[in-house]
Amino acid sequence: MLIGVAVALPAYAHEKTAGSRVPMPSVHTTPGEKCVEPTDVMRRDHMKFILHQRDDTMHRGIRTSKHSFKNCVDCHADPKTGSVLGKDGFCQSCHSYAAVTIDCFSCHTDKPEKQPGNKAAAPGNIQSGAAAITGSSAP
Amino acid sequence: MTITRREMLAAGAATLAGAVVTPGLRLIELATAKSPEDAVTALRRWGMLIDVAKCNDCDACVTACREENGWQGHNRPATDAQWIRKVKLKDTETGYVQTLPLMCQHCEHPPCVDVCPTGASFKRADGIVLVDKHICIGCRYCMMACPYKARSFVHEATTDQKPYAPRGMGTVEACTLCVHRVDEGRIPACVEACTKDGHQALVFGDLKDSNSDIRERLAAASSTQLRADLKLNTGVRYTGL
Repeated sequence: MLIGVAVALPAYAHEKTAGSRVPMPSVHTTPGEKCVEPTDVMRRDHMKFILHQRDDTMHRGIRTSKHSFKNCVDCHADPKTGSVLGKDGFCQSCHSYAAVTIDCFSCHTDKPEKQPGNKAAAPGNIQSGAAAITGSSAP
Repeated sequence: MTITRREMLAAGAATLAGAVVTPGLRLIELATAKSPEDAVTALRRWGMLIDVAKCNDCDACVTACREENGWQGHNRPATDAQWIRKVKLKDTETGYVQTLPLMCQHCEHPPCVDVCPTGASFKRADGIVLVDKHICIGCRYCMMACPYKARSFVHEATTDQKPYAPRGMGTVEACTLCVHRVDEGRIPACVEACTKDGHQALVFGDLKDSNSDIRERLAAASSTQLRADLKLNTGVRYTGL
């Protein structure tokens, strides 16, 4: 995911901080499709997207994955640590560089819902669950 | 044999009814499963019916809830979070003992929402009462207002939360009726566990759907709201109490 970021930011980092004492953010991402929005938009506005989605999900039950927080973590977690936090974590490294506190992870998990079984099982559950909710076909 | 017009119409209606009832059930289910981009509406009201007579002396529902939502305690019963708990009722005259699960009753007129100073405690359009932890300041007024003692305060820093059930220090939490599952068209973890164990004491469904299992059961036998005198119109009802 985010090849764009992975390529663009180190280049940017390099030109700005060759020989600098400033620790640069780590933007290692696992290879995959591109992010849900262009890289420059995400850098500037990612907090707006997740803030908007947060209210939609919490209060109105809208659970699209495009701008969901879970989606960020699922893609951006470091495959080694399994987390977006830590010194080289995608979220934390950039936030320490920008000196912006992240509150998200005092409640949200920093680990993806990655277990392959989980993802595969989800769509099936929706169908069988629908039957269960009406109760007519419950055992 | 001649068929009169009236007989013809009656036969037609009967055939139509037969065709609709069986395959129709499936059609309705498919039509009502919410897609992720749809907002919840007041056309539904989720509720639960608890048959106390079928409630065993087990805690399958509590365990299932804890595992689903990740609210494991710190072995401090006075302050540990408890989204659902088993309550034992004893008739002091006769010694008759009953146990029942008690959790957020998802009131139509929730006192916790009335007292919340920030709007964190709210009722969703489909009747599920939740805490928006982004807004919660941890004042705990709602805990005092709730007549069912359904809410807990998170005293400790949390780690390894479930991705779909965020919880953090300094906020209040309670049963969400497994809103993340309900939005996907699944049933709450406690109901699933109770059904799986064969007790079938918990029934979950749409209180506004006249064809739902829960509505049929509510119509068939008497049920009670806990503290009905408060006129909160709870979404969780009990039968066999």
